Amino acid sequence: MSSLDIQATKANAEGLFRRKRLFAFGVPALIFVYFTYIFFAFDVPGLVQRANMDNARTLTSDVWSHKVHVTRDNRNGEIAYAVEGERKGAFPEGERPSWVSGTDIVMVDLGGDTIVRFLPDNRTEVYIPGFGLVAAQAEGRTVTTNLPADLPEWINASDRRVAITTPEGRITLTGSRTEVFNYFAGWELFWFTLDSPYHGVGFGQILFGAQIDPDRGNISGAVSDFWHNKMWRHKDIAWAIGETILMAFLGTMGAAIIALPLAFMAAKRFTPILLLRAATRRLFDFVRGVDALIWTVVLARAFGPGPLTGALAILITDTGTFGKTFSEALENIDDKQIEGVTSTGAKPLQRYRFGVIPQVVPVLLAQVLYFLESNTRSATIIGAITGGGIGLMLTQAIQTQKDWEEVAYYIILIIIMVMLMDWLSGWLRGKLIGSKDG
Amino acid sequence: MTATDTAGAPSVGDIRASYLAQVGRRRLYSGLALLIFMVLMVSGFNIADERNAGGFWEGLHQIGDYPGEVLAEAWEKRADLPSLIAKFFPALIETINIAAMSTIIGAIGGLILSLLGTRGLAKWPRLIPLFRRFSDILRAIPEIVIALVLIFILGGGPVPAMIAIALHTAGALAKMFSEVAENADLKPVEGLTSTGATWTQRMMLGVLPQVAPNYVSYTLLRFEINIRASAILGFVGAGGLGYELRNAMAWGPGRFDEAAAIFVLLFGTIVFFDQVSSRYRNLLTEGQAQ
Repeated sequence: MSSLDIQATKANAEGLFRRKRLFAFGVPALIFVYFTYIFFAFDVPGLVQRANMDNARTLTSDVWSHKVHVTRDNRNGEIAYAVEGERKGAFPEGERPSWVSGTDIVMVDLGGDTIVRFLPDNRTEVYIPGFGLVAAQAEGRTVTTNLPADLPEWINASDRRVAITTPEGRITLTGSRTEVFNYFAGWELFWFTLDSPYHGVGFGQILFGAQIDPDRGNISGAVSDFWHNKMWRHKDIAWAIGETILMAFLGTMGAAIIALPLAFMAAKRFTPILLLRAATRRLFDFVRGVDALIWTVVLARAFGPGPLTGALAILITDTGTFGKTFSEALENIDDKQIEGVTSTGAKPLQRYRFGVIPQVVPVLLAQVLYFLESNTRSATIIGAITGGGIGLMLTQAIQTQKDWEEVAYYIILIIIMVMLMDWLSGWLRGKLIGSKDG
Repeated sequence: MTATDTAGAPSVGDIRASYLAQVGRRRLYSGLALLIFMVLMVSGFNIADERNAGGFWEGLHQIGDYPGEVLAEAWEKRADLPSLIAKFFPALIETINIAAMSTIIGAIGGLILSLLGTRGLAKWPRLIPLFRRFSDILRAIPEIVIALVLIFILGGGPVPAMIAIALHTAGALAKMFSEVAENADLKPVEGLTSTGATWTQRMMLGVLPQVAPNYVSYTLLRFEINIRASAILGFVGAGGLGYELRNAMAWGPGRFDEAAAIFVLLFGTIVFFDQVSSRYRNLLTEGQAQ
């Protein structure tokens, strides 16, 4: 090797290194520039200001806890007790939580020595340890209190409304009503609502104990009360999850059934006519390109909201995806097997059945099963738009902006549902085409 | 070939009979499976039809009505179309930005999760199941769930959508990445270990160069998917084209030209990025085969 060659090789190598170095620093630098651009394009500084941390706090505390409202209507002096302040969670007539006592003067013990006393004539006394006694009088539309002008930040007072937030609970006073929220951990009434005779009864007692409701057997009665729980709506949720899975199932399988014959039309090997092939391929590209969102919107106009619309939207979009991958699989099959089948004197249809189908079925099934799982997720999202399934229930719960424990419950259910479908599709794949690991 | 001579060996007739019995049994099972499948499909369709607001057969002939109206109105106002497309172009950019940003963040997250969750590469082998379950959960959460919760806290706009898609992308890519990383050759890693390289150096210099083409290819595929996802999330209030589409649709007739312009933009974008990314993906995987 002459020195010239070595020089050239060296220069070449150095050039390569330079390019590599440039690449190694250039790509991160480009990404950094892009991040900076996005930082301003998405208005992140403004977002930090707009972010509502109170919402975040309500959300996180609501997810794992519940509150019981004690409300006095100041027009008639009646006191109501309800979980989450909802009619569905109201205590039955004549019953009240154990931390409330007294008849003329109703005393609410919020715990930690924080005590609220409902006095006659719409007067209220709140004792807060370390702060003292707050006395309030509701009259007409105004509230008068003995609060000093200089208030700590956890008290918010005007002459119309006084709100006191303590670690033990919240007290809101207005002219028309006095409301006390007492917080507890856990999801209350998850199994039975307060009007069910099984509320507060242990599982062992329901299963083996004496009959609780004279009209019904313990187990059937408990199951029925659980199923028809008005607060947590277990029956509706089960139906909604069923609808979501149904959308994914109908959409995926329907798309596979429609895409299979079309894929033959798009594969060069089986369709010699160029025009037909091209037309089928463009059809696939079109339905895929339009995207599930637009199909959902268009179909919802024709069929109205519901699971069928979602299923059809998935079906149409996935027909394009399946058509494309199926026709690729069909083009890549091995000729030898078809030749072998032809040599036995098989007719064209038999050639397809024994020469082509056995080769492509594993590829096709794997694809379809993978999509079954991914479409369960899509069906949740499409459901939120078309109004069907668990997606709709989730959006509704989020839009009320207060039932965060239900939102958390739905999210957990959705995750479990998707993971189950993932497991199921993996299991089916293993059963039908043998697992990868053997 | 003495075995065939021994008494009690199955005769051709026996073999034939048992073969036919096997075939018959298989056909029966296949037939049964097919029957169950058909029953599921038909009854599933009926249930879905029943629970839908409008029926399938009543709606079928109306399927062209809405696109027809939109197209008719758009055609009437076809002169405005270019200006409308220009008007919604910023929204399109936002949709693409959401997708690009979430793909980049998701790919970085997926990369870290996959390396930490792959046997032989993980920094803390005991924690592999933890990282795997974590990416499983990220993958299982539909984007809309996180997006809606974040919209409640952060207000509408592109950032909630970006975070939501990025989280899901991290989970999805972690799985695909770690499948690739499992097949990576460990010799370079061993070589680097012998020189005293840290874990990060081993991953950057020993593993990444091997898997980069596959990783980039999967990331591009994810980018295609994320464009669709970001359009959908816009529809629930996360900004971009989807948001404009919902507004245009809420107006109904009279603003169909806007809806049409958005349809055109969305369709064009999806097809464009599909083509570009599939071209580069083919290049990447072909380069590997050579």
